[in-house]
Amino acid sequence: MTLAAPPLAVSTADRAESPSGARLGRVSGLGLGTAVIWLSLLVLIPLAAVVAKAFGGGWSGFWHAVTRHQAVQALELTVGSSLIVSLINAVMGTLLAWVLVRDSFPGKRLVEMVIDLPFALPTIVAGLVLLAVYGNGSPIHLDLYATQRGVAFALLFVTLPFVVRAVQPVLMALDTEAELAAACLGAGPVTVFRRIVLPLLLPAIVSGAGLGFARAMGEYGTVLLLSGGLAKAQVSSQYVYGQIQNYDYVGAAATATVLLFISLAVLVGLDLLQRRAARRG
Amino acid sequence: MSIETRGIVKRFGNFVALDNVDLTVESGRLTALLGPSGGGKSTLLRIIGGLETADEGSVRIAGVESTSIPAQKRNVGFVFQHYAAFKHLSVYRNVAFGLEIRKRPKAEIKARVDELLELVHLEQFADRLPAQLSGGQRQRMALARALAVEPSVLLLDEPFGALDAKVRRELRDWLRRLHDDVHVTTVFVTHDQEEALEVSDEIVVINHGKIEQVGTPSDLYDKPANDFVMEFLGPVTTLGGRLVRPHDLEIFPHHVDNGIEAEVLRLQRIGFEVRVELRAGADEPWAQLTRGQAEALELAAGSRVWVRPLD
Repeated sequence: MTLAAPPLAVSTADRAESPSGARLGRVSGLGLGTAVIWLSLLVLIPLAAVVAKAFGGGWSGFWHAVTRHQAVQALELTVGSSLIVSLINAVMGTLLAWVLVRDSFPGKRLVEMVIDLPFALPTIVAGLVLLAVYGNGSPIHLDLYATQRGVAFALLFVTLPFVVRAVQPVLMALDTEAELAAACLGAGPVTVFRRIVLPLLLPAIVSGAGLGFARAMGEYGTVLLLSGGLAKAQVSSQYVYGQIQNYDYVGAAATATVLLFISLAVLVGLDLLQRRAARRG
Repeated sequence: MSIETRGIVKRFGNFVALDNVDLTVESGRLTALLGPSGGGKSTLLRIIGGLETADEGSVRIAGVESTSIPAQKRNVGFVFQHYAAFKHLSVYRNVAFGLEIRKRPKAEIKARVDELLELVHLEQFADRLPAQLSGGQRQRMALARALAVEPSVLLLDEPFGALDAKVRRELRDWLRRLHDDVHVTTVFVTHDQEEALEVSDEIVVINHGKIEQVGTPSDLYDKPANDFVMEFLGPVTTLGGRLVRPHDLEIFPHHVDNGIEAEVLRLQRIGFEVRVELRAGADEPWAQLTRGQAEALELAAGSRVWVRPLD
C-alpha cells in the first residue's frame, strides 16, 4: 500500500507504517477505482435500478405488489422448496461426499463426473430430461408434472453438486488419526462421526447448502418445463417473467427485490459463519 | 498389565511387514520398539492397539485374549506422531473426551481432567484450542487425553518424531519421569537409538518384520546379538575387518601386541571429544578420544600409531 506513497504523506513515521492509516498510493488508487467502477456497472447500478423500480410507487405500491395472491404463492413455493431442498442436500450431499472420499469402488470416477452434470447441463436441457422421465406419461409412473413436488425435484436435481463439492475437500483434508484416537478412547463409529467428524464438516455443509439455496431461489430453466407454468406450481422467477409479459414492471421488480434481499441475507449469513469457522482455525 | 503377541504375521500385498513376531512386554515397563523405518515396528504397535488387524497370530493384553476386540473396547491409550488432536475442542474437552463418552459424572470428569492437565503442565491452557498450542504442548495434551481413561497399556507411535531436537529431548526426559510416577505399561516406537537408550527399561530391536534382539539398553549396547544391532545402537567403525565401537579403540605411539599399525589422516575436535581418523591397511577406522588423551599422545596428521580394540 505504501509502495508509491509520496514523501509528503510520511509526516510521522508511525502513521505511514500502519496499513489502516496509510494513504493510498497512485497505483493502488487506480486499481481500487477500476474495481469499484467495474462492480458498479455490472452489479450495483442494475441492482439499485431494480430496487428503485420496485419502490417507484412508494412503500405502499411495493407492499401491494408483493402481497398479491399469486406473488405470495410463488414466493412461498420458492422459499419453501428451496429450504427443503437445502436440507435434503445437506444430508445427501454429505453422504455422497463421504462415499466418494472414503470408499473406493469401480466406476468412482464416473460417479464423480455425473455429480457435476446437473450443474454443467444447460438448464432447459435439464428441464427437458426431467420432463421426459417425470412428466405426463412418465415411463416410471411417477407423474410430477405441474406439482409442487415436481418443482422441489427439479431444484434437487440442479443443486446436487453444491454440498458434495463443498464437503469433499474438507473431508479429504481431515485428519483420520483423530478418528482413530477417538475410537481408542472408546467411541463407537456413530459417536466418532457425530462428535469428531461432523463438527469439522459443518461449516462446509452449511456453506454448500447455502449456495444451493441461493441457486434454487433463482432457478428458472429447470423448473419451467416440469411446472408447466401453471400458477399453483409457479416459482418466483417464473412469476417475475410473467409480470413483465403483462407489462407490470413494478410487480416484477417488487418480487425481484424480495428475492434479492433473501439472497443477500443468505450471503451475509454464510460470511459470518465462515468468519467464525476461520477464527476457530 | 502385560502385553503378549504370538506368531503375528502381517502382509501388505506381497510385502511382509511382520513375520511371525513373538513379543512379551512385562507389566509396568517402559519398552521401546526400535528399528529403521519400514521395519514393522509401527505396524506391530497398531496391531497391539487394535488399529490394524494381523493376518495371523494373537494378542493378549493384561492376560485377556484381545485379537478380535475392536480398538474402542480394548482400553488402550494410543498417542500418534502427529498428535491427532480434536481440533474443534478445547484442551480441556480433548482430555475429557474419553470420560464424557463413558458418561461419568461432571464433577468426576473435572477433577480427573484438572489432575491430568497439571500432570502434563497444561493447566493454564485448558481453554485454548489445539491450534493455539506448540507441538510439544499438543503432544502432552494427547498424552493426558490417552491417560484420562486409565488405559491398561499406553502405546506411543513415534511420539516425538514431529518435534524439533530441543523439545524432543525435554519431552523424552519428561516421559521418563512421568512413567516413574504413573507406572502404566508403556510401549513406544522410535527410530532414534539415542531416544531408546535414554528413556526405556527395555528395547526391542525390530528389522525386516523380525525381532533382532530384546534386552535392557546396556545389554544391547554391550552385548549386541549381531552386527545389525551393533550398528543400529551406537557408533561403529571397522578395524581388521571387524566391527568395533570407536571409543573402544586404544591408540599407542609405539608397537604393542595385537596392535595394528596405522597412520593418522585427520584430527577433528567436537566439543570434549576428538575424532581420530586413521588408515590401517584397507580399513579407515576412526577412534574417539578425549581431548586429554589426544594431547598426551601428541597426535597430528601423518603420525604413525598402533591401534588395538579394548577387550
